[in-house]
Amino acid sequence: MSSVAREWREVPGRYNLKGTKCANCGTIYFPRRDFCPKCRRAGIGKIEEYDICRTGEVYTYSIVYDAPAMCDMIKPYAVVMVRTDDGVMIAGQLVDVDLEKVAIGMRVRAVMRKLSTDGESGIIRYGYKFVPAE
Amino acid sequence: MRDVAIIGAGVTKFGELWDKSFRALGIEAGIKAMSDANLSGNEIDGIFIGNMSAGQFIKQKHIDALIADYTGMATNHIPATRVEAGGASGGVAFRQAVMAVASGMHDVVMVGGAEKMTDMDDVSINSVLDATADAEWEAGMGVTFAGLHAMIANRMIHDGIATREEIASFSVNSHFHGALNPNAQFRKAITLDTVLKSGPTATPLGMFDCAPISDGAAGLVLCPLEDAKKYTDSYVKVSAVAQASDTLALFQRPDITTYQATVEAAKRAYEQAGITAQDIDVAEVHDTYTVTGIMALQDLGFYKRGEAGKAVLNEECHFDSGKIAINTSGGLKARGHPIGATGVAQIVEIVEQLRGSADKRQVENAKYGLAQNTGGTGSAVTVSILEAM
Ligand SMILES: [Zn+2]
Repeated sequence: MSSVAREWREVPGRYNLKGTKCANCGTIYFPRRDFCPKCRRAGIGKIEEYDICRTGEVYTYSIVYDAPAMCDMIKPYAVVMVRTDDGVMIAGQLVDVDLEKVAIGMRVRAVMRKLSTDGESGIIRYGYKFVPAE
Repeated sequence: MRDVAIIGAGVTKFGELWDKSFRALGIEAGIKAMSDANLSGNEIDGIFIGNMSAGQFIKQKHIDALIADYTGMATNHIPATRVEAGGASGGVAFRQAVMAVASGMHDVVMVGGAEKMTDMDDVSINSVLDATADAEWEAGMGVTFAGLHAMIANRMIHDGIATREEIASFSVNSHFHGALNPNAQFRKAITLDTVLKSGPTATPLGMFDCAPISDGAAGLVLCPLEDAKKYTDSYVKVSAVAQASDTLALFQRPDITTYQATVEAAKRAYEQAGITAQDIDVAEVHDTYTVTGIMALQDLGFYKRGEAGKAVLNEECHFDSGKIAINTSGGLKARGHPIGATGVAQIVEIVEQLRGSADKRQVENAKYGLAQNTGGTGSAVTVSILEAM
């Protein structure tokens, strides 16, 4: 990941959990989809902006020890799939948490944090991470 | 459509092969397959190559041209095509080649699979692997490839589909067979304890749950079934080649404890072959991680949900168990996983089994063999069925 345009383009989704909703069938998508796989052609022109709910619970998790993708992450760290309260699944990191206490069913909320610093270009990437809800 | 036969098969040793280049490996596998088919070389009229990331691993793109050139086929100007589908690159290349012969467009086709990974440092290799998941919304958010598989494992354990011990036992089965395969990267049997106590990569998975980084290549020669006898007496029939897709990102699926693409590809393959899962004698499944091996046994219909882990732990998947023998080559875990080569090497192992040339790991009277090859977290899956002749 290195170009400024590539990072800037994804800001609405990554900073603000902006997704989309198909008005034809009601399905919510994150990341955004501008073509509904359920309705296909029937959904064209019926895709609306949708703010994904920022709270939810941990559907599954792992504590990652071997993590080259984000080289400036302090290892180990927690990764999770979160089912938001509007039923959308999102993958990301869970931070500000005692790693021993991460569990399926745990309540979490999304916050904006630094994701990584790109070594060559120096671009700092921001985006959502999850923290315990309480 | 014509029936298709495999008339030649060859594989290099897999491992950290410091002294061998990508070219050397590709040629070695190709020569073995061609010699096995008793070809002069002039009969070949098409090449398909499975390769995932030579552009990154060895900074060489245009692998189709390189292979055509160094296998001596460029002087005949035959068409060469490189296929990329993540970890399923080899399986998809095989399917393309089968379709080419079945359709009548080609008569004698070489299928290759090759990857040279160890010319690159480990950290960079892992970011290449992470990019077979969703680079933007999984890897880009810090969710690694190992992390994704670990999350599948944790959910399976939570839902009571498999225990940690059952998942880990898949690695024991792979190493048991790897010890019997002279071309395997790891030729040593291990205990369950070794897997459970190996250093963590992404909990609950440890080092011994993960396929290694490997170099290697594999090759096959295909022709119409009706022509097979012209070249050799030991050929096998391709009874089915099926392929299916799914979402790029794992988290976008309704259920992460099954790969729907495997289920669908298997269904199509059994239909094509006119058989059921219970007719399979030997299978190579895609155990990038132990957990995907367990899932494959269930998704292919060999075992019911919740039963596969128990069977593997009970050593029911050994070549001599009398049940469906699983990963007799050592699988990705012990034979090694040079990514683009894997799908082709799986077919090579099934060919060996069905011809009765698998030596110390030979499954008795094997009639039907199956290979399942997966890209990413089940975003592309091929299921191929071969039949002894
Ligand atoms: Zn829709």
